[in-house]
Amino acid sequence: MLLIDCPYCGERPEIEFAYGGEAHLERPPNPAELDDQRWAEYLYMRSNTKGVYAERWRHARGCGRFFNALRDTTTDRFLASYKVGEPRPQLSPPAGPAA
Amino acid sequence: MNAWRTPDGGRIDRSQRRRFRFDGRGYEGFAGDTLASALLANGVHLVGRSFKYHRPRGILASGAEEPNGLVTVRRDAARVTPNLRATQVDLYDGLEAVSQNRWPSLGLDFGRVNDWLSPFFPAGFYYKTFMWPKSAWKSLYEPLIRRAAGLGIAPSQADPDRYAQCYAHCDVLVVGGGAAGLAAALAAADDGARVILCDQQSEFGGGLLALRGARIEGTEPGAWAERSVAALAKNPRVVLLPRTTAFGYFAHNLVGLNERLTDHLAQPEPRRARERLWQVRARAVVLATGAIERPLVFPGNDRPAIMLAGAAREFLNRYGVRVGARAVLVTAGDAAYAAALDLHAAGVSIAAIADLRPQANGILPTAARQAGIEVLTAATVLGTLGGLRVNEIALGRTDGSGEVRPTRRLRCDVVLMCGGYTPSVHLFSQSRGKLVWNEALQCFVPGRSAECERSAGACRGIYALGEAIEDGFAAGAAAAPANSGKRRRIAVQEAAASHDAFLGALPQMHLVSTDKAFVDWQHDVTARDLLLATREGFRSIEHVKRFTTTGMATDQGKTSNLNALAIVAAAVEAPIPEVGLTTFRMPYTPTSFGSFAGASRGDLFDPVRRTPLHEWAAAEGAVFENVGLWKRARYFPRHGESMHEAVARECRSVRAACGIFDGSTLGKIEVVGADAAEFMNRLYINNWSSLGVGRSRYGILCRDDGFVYDDGVVARLAADRFHVTTTTGGAARVLAMMEDYRQTEWSALEVWLTSTTEQWAVIAVQGPNSRRVLEGLVDGIDIGPAAMPHMAVAEGRICGVPMRLMRVSFTGELGFEVNVAADYGLAVWRALHAAGAAHGICAYGTETMHVLRAEKGYIIVGQDTDGTVTPDDAGLNWAIGKTKADFVGKRSLQRASMRAATRKQLVGLQSRDGKTLLEEGAQLAETAGQVPPMRLIGHVTSSYFSAALGRPIALAMVAGGRAREGRTLYVPMPDGDVEVEVTSTVFYDPSGARVHA
Repeated sequence: MLLIDCPYCGERPEIEFAYGGEAHLERPPNPAELDDQRWAEYLYMRSNTKGVYAERWRHARGCGRFFNALRDTTTDRFLASYKVGEPRPQLSPPAGPAA
Repeated sequence: MNAWRTPDGGRIDRSQRRRFRFDGRGYEGFAGDTLASALLANGVHLVGRSFKYHRPRGILASGAEEPNGLVTVRRDAARVTPNLRATQVDLYDGLEAVSQNRWPSLGLDFGRVNDWLSPFFPAGFYYKTFMWPKSAWKSLYEPLIRRAAGLGIAPSQADPDRYAQCYAHCDVLVVGGGAAGLAAALAAADDGARVILCDQQSEFGGGLLALRGARIEGTEPGAWAERSVAALAKNPRVVLLPRTTAFGYFAHNLVGLNERLTDHLAQPEPRRARERLWQVRARAVVLATGAIERPLVFPGNDRPAIMLAGAAREFLNRYGVRVGARAVLVTAGDAAYAAALDLHAAGVSIAAIADLRPQANGILPTAARQAGIEVLTAATVLGTLGGLRVNEIALGRTDGSGEVRPTRRLRCDVVLMCGGYTPSVHLFSQSRGKLVWNEALQCFVPGRSAECERSAGACRGIYALGEAIEDGFAAGAAAAPANSGKRRRIAVQEAAASHDAFLGALPQMHLVSTDKAFVDWQHDVTARDLLLATREGFRSIEHVKRFTTTGMATDQGKTSNLNALAIVAAAVEAPIPEVGLTTFRMPYTPTSFGSFAGASRGDLFDPVRRTPLHEWAAAEGAVFENVGLWKRARYFPRHGESMHEAVARECRSVRAACGIFDGSTLGKIEVVGADAAEFMNRLYINNWSSLGVGRSRYGILCRDDGFVYDDGVVARLAADRFHVTTTTGGAARVLAMMEDYRQTEWSALEVWLTSTTEQWAVIAVQGPNSRRVLEGLVDGIDIGPAAMPHMAVAEGRICGVPMRLMRVSFTGELGFEVNVAADYGLAVWRALHAAGAAHGICAYGTETMHVLRAEKGYIIVGQDTDGTVTPDDAGLNWAIGKTKADFVGKRSLQRASMRAATRKQLVGLQSRDGKTLLEEGAQLAETAGQVPPMRLIGHVTSSYFSAALGRPIALAMVAGGRAREGRTLYVPMPDGDVEVEVTSTVFYDPSGARVHA
């Protein structure tokens, strides 16, 4: 079970959270302006990264807040978590092996 | 006194006798024995029959890796535990164990016929044989295989025991309380860390408890272990968990522990939990899981009393048991010499030590020769003899060129083997750490860690006692938060030993030996089976494993995996690391379902939600159904009515007079704030700006992909306050979706969301008399048709308590929904029910609600829709706010495919014969008499018998359905097509006059 760092509450076990998919996908302010292709890309296309992935979590059984986190999808290690609206953190050089 | 017990020594308490029964026969052992050691002390080696060939088997090992000695321990009719390893069953007075997989008895087992017929049962036998005729599979093969398969018999009664669960946090979790683990715990505790130390055995010490001759800081290894445990026990920051197996290593240093609390007790207190499941989140983990001695693969290597040398040594030194009178040892390295010397000193005659190496000149071999033990080098084993116990071994000698010639046949009553050690890397591998091949030790050892974890001691190939302890100290110190990096030198005296190892099958004279050479004892997999698999083209060890089932038994190949790997590698002429290693999976040893289930059994299996009105419905004899976690009254049978009769009566009452219905499970969300209307406009497809205060509207929520997600009536109580209802099952996910948009997309909007589902009791009063029922009870609201038309909402009082009253209808009749605070619900319901008596009121359940709504063509989201239905598909286009620039789902609805005329659309269906009730989920065809594969154009989503119409009705999703109204379709069923006519979805009162009454 993952240990997830809620920026509001601190580290909590995964069962308290709901997954929210890829982060930083802003809903187009005026969807009518998008052609079908671009709308479909917004709706369905995800980067599905192998490696560091920015994703949304909601502390559903805690404070109820959505937040973003950087997780390495190959190791499941969380590298950062941050509040909605904050920019994606720049990571210092690649994280080494587990301490 | 046991015949095979030493007069003194060992860690058993000879003053405390323990009587026990095995297969009905009475024996005696001592406190501190395991079932295995006590049986061996009584000279019992034969403890089981093998899985496939029913060959007689004896104890092979002394610990968790034991593949043969699987027993069923029975306390009473319900407390029956199969497949326990006799080496891990602590002996208590009155213990009752039986062997498994034999009939009629261990000594005489008719299943043995499988062994003599074994040429017909090679690997893959089942896959190849039970292919034809196809019809025989169900009637003949499967029942036969099921009867023959499996180990032990599952208990037939519910488990009466209690199982506890807990969470724990610590700085350092040390798994394994042997030399390295104790040292790690001491070092971490010295540095102030919060430490949990667990060990699967009843006593901490691991291999130290079986060691004789060595000294640690001047004391016996066992005494050193005791001293260390005593020091740890005094430290309040240390938790010691004996009889506790770390069975699984999960992400982010969560380790699952299974603690056995009462299995070792003669008379457990019944209220005490039998086991406790620990979920430990550790900042750092030290794995000190030790290593498992490997057997050797030679013909006839599975006879009872052929066992691991280290096991014999442990039975002797820890339990005071001589496993035989005359032993032959077969070894790849020095370790077996230590066993031979201990046995020799205890009076066991050592017929010879057959060493696989061309030379054996270390300290231990020299000591053995000096003790007068014959050492045969360059040896191999050609076979063994013996019925229910080994009595002779045939040895051979290899020369440099690989030639083998027979040398000696030795009489013996026990053969002890040592092929080297396999580090227990199970947990490390489960943690996703990378294993690396160690050529010198011929085993895989931990490489790069994936978690904050360290392996220490024998589990990473450090076998020498002094080095293992120092490794443990270093690991413990580094794992503690202080990370002092302290190292400790420990004075250890131990004879230096060379840990040479041998993998694979021993060299033979002939390519194919006459007797079976077992690799996997528990699943009866032989070297020949593995070679067959490679001949059949299997190259990957994962495929070989599945074809032969090697390593797939309950022991997960603890003693067999590396030998299997080496045999396959040799056959395909590839280096071992290239052939790969099968995946280690949890649990390390079988773990009871009870421990995983904990308290989640029976009534506590799942939470149950009851409405505030539940008590009344239950007292009235309602039949309940589960809707999500809710218990909902489905119907209220009277005087032995069937469901059909009760529902028909309830339907007639609502249409003719009045019905009362518990709608409390409806999801309710209060949407409040200056931007509440804007928020609702952006989210729901409807236009909310045009909804006046005191009015309500049927709302539809889509996802941004344009498909209907939920629906419900939304009331506007004030300019800035909406009372939103959702489906019963959708309440939580609708709130989650609302929160998502509120927090992440439209955070500038001033709006707050509060779940009020459980705060309101909802009582629907429906039917032509409903207004009359309410009239006398309602205060402060004019409920007349002019003041309170359909879809009006008002706040007032009922029976003196505050109420939100909505004139809404899910039945097609004049109707109201009374919302009062949950605690008042029951009293208000009773008052309404009493007031309704004069007006023919009748309580109705969800089944009647379904029929009434279907008669009106009202959909149930999730029943008539399935996540691929647009508002237009469901006939709800009218609800879309046409003037809105955007709402969630709008852009998707504009895509061509979402507007295609051929999409499945909601329609009504009537069977042409006016009698046949369609099955929900039944498919629809355009033409009659089709045979599979058919062209199908839709399916039935709802189907009921309509009491109002006197015939069945149905709703269906049909491709281009609305254009087919009036046409005939066919429902193909096993006994022929049912002819149906496509109709409007509104079967009853199409003008809607009744709802507006």
